Amino acid sequence: MGKTDMSKITLNRVGALPRIFPDPSKYLFVTGLAGPARDAAALTNDGANMFTMAGCMGAAVSTGLGMALGAPEREVVVIAGDGEMMMNIGSLVTVASEAPRNLTLVCIDNGGHGETGGQDGHTSKRTSLATMAEGAGIERVLMVTNEAGLKDAAKFVKAGDGPRFLWLRVLAGEPTKFKRNMNPQECRVRFRSAYLGR
Amino acid sequence: MPKAVHRHDTWSMSLFKQFKDSGVRLFTYIPDAGNARLAELAEADNETRCVLLTTEEEGVAVAAGADLVGEKAVLMMQSSGVGNCPNFLSFVKGGGFPVLMMVSMRGDYGEQNPWQYPMGQAVEPILHAMGVLTFRVEREDELEGAAAAAINAAFRGGHAAALILTQKFLGAKAF
Repeated sequence: MGKTDMSKITLNRVGALPRIFPDPSKYLFVTGLAGPARDAAALTNDGANMFTMAGCMGAAVSTGLGMALGAPEREVVVIAGDGEMMMNIGSLVTVASEAPRNLTLVCIDNGGHGETGGQDGHTSKRTSLATMAEGAGIERVLMVTNEAGLKDAAKFVKAGDGPRFLWLRVLAGEPTKFKRNMNPQECRVRFRSAYLGR
Repeated sequence: MPKAVHRHDTWSMSLFKQFKDSGVRLFTYIPDAGNARLAELAEADNETRCVLLTTEEEGVAVAAGADLVGEKAVLMMQSSGVGNCPNFLSFVKGGGFPVLMMVSMRGDYGEQNPWQYPMGQAVEPILHAMGVLTFRVEREDELEGAAAAAINAAFRGGHAAALILTQKFLGAKAF
């Protein structure tokens, strides 16, 4: 593996998720913190089928795994940033071992820590998250770096069985402008009420 | 030759039944002598699932995810693993998620490995700081009551709870 060529990345994160998930009401979503949570919350208008976080960095994939194992009849999607992935990279291994068919992981990778000032992250250096996901044992992996690739991404998230790892490599820049509910207790009750029907 | 009975067989079987009867379907763990038999039972049972983690904190988040869809989980670990959990335990105080844990102790009564003491002695202070109630077991006749207390605190009381299996109960490893 060589050094990452960031000049090949032309994808803008704003507007990308609605192209991949045109009918978000069909899914259960879990997000990590920061920018990807805002992109995702805008997708569902902070809907009750989505649990977003604003802390617990690294917990998104494992939370999605628990949800996918507990709700095998539903498609579960995790949306998290590259920093989040790095903080709990072992969770990819656990996902591969459990191999839930109904789990899709989406990493919105801007190559850095957007929330804290845009400091460079590991994926802007030498690290390939696709190789790491494959090495963990996740068989379905797709990297998208430009707008044309969003069509492939939309097919990818529906094709075959999970687990799937979609690596969206996006330009550095502001995430979607969206204010979401950041009270975890309220969001838990809201999600459970909607899912469990009470 | 008859198959040797696991030294933790008897209580592990009753505790497994108690967890299962309370509705726990998901068992997550990092292997330890104290949870080995329980993990085997959870693996072998058709109605429960046993998930091997890479680090204990993952199990906190798996339990939170399961709770969001109405399922119950128990996270099993050695005492050293408690040190890997605090940030993810934000789910507890912050979100009111009912996280149930089972901690098999090292670094307390009779420990011979000096590396085990720092985390062993920090288990309860860390759990308490993060809002997790602890229920200690020192004798076999305390197990059922302590397990019931932890299960009820989590799934009826809306708290996080840890069942602490001490080395007085489990026995200390010889070096």
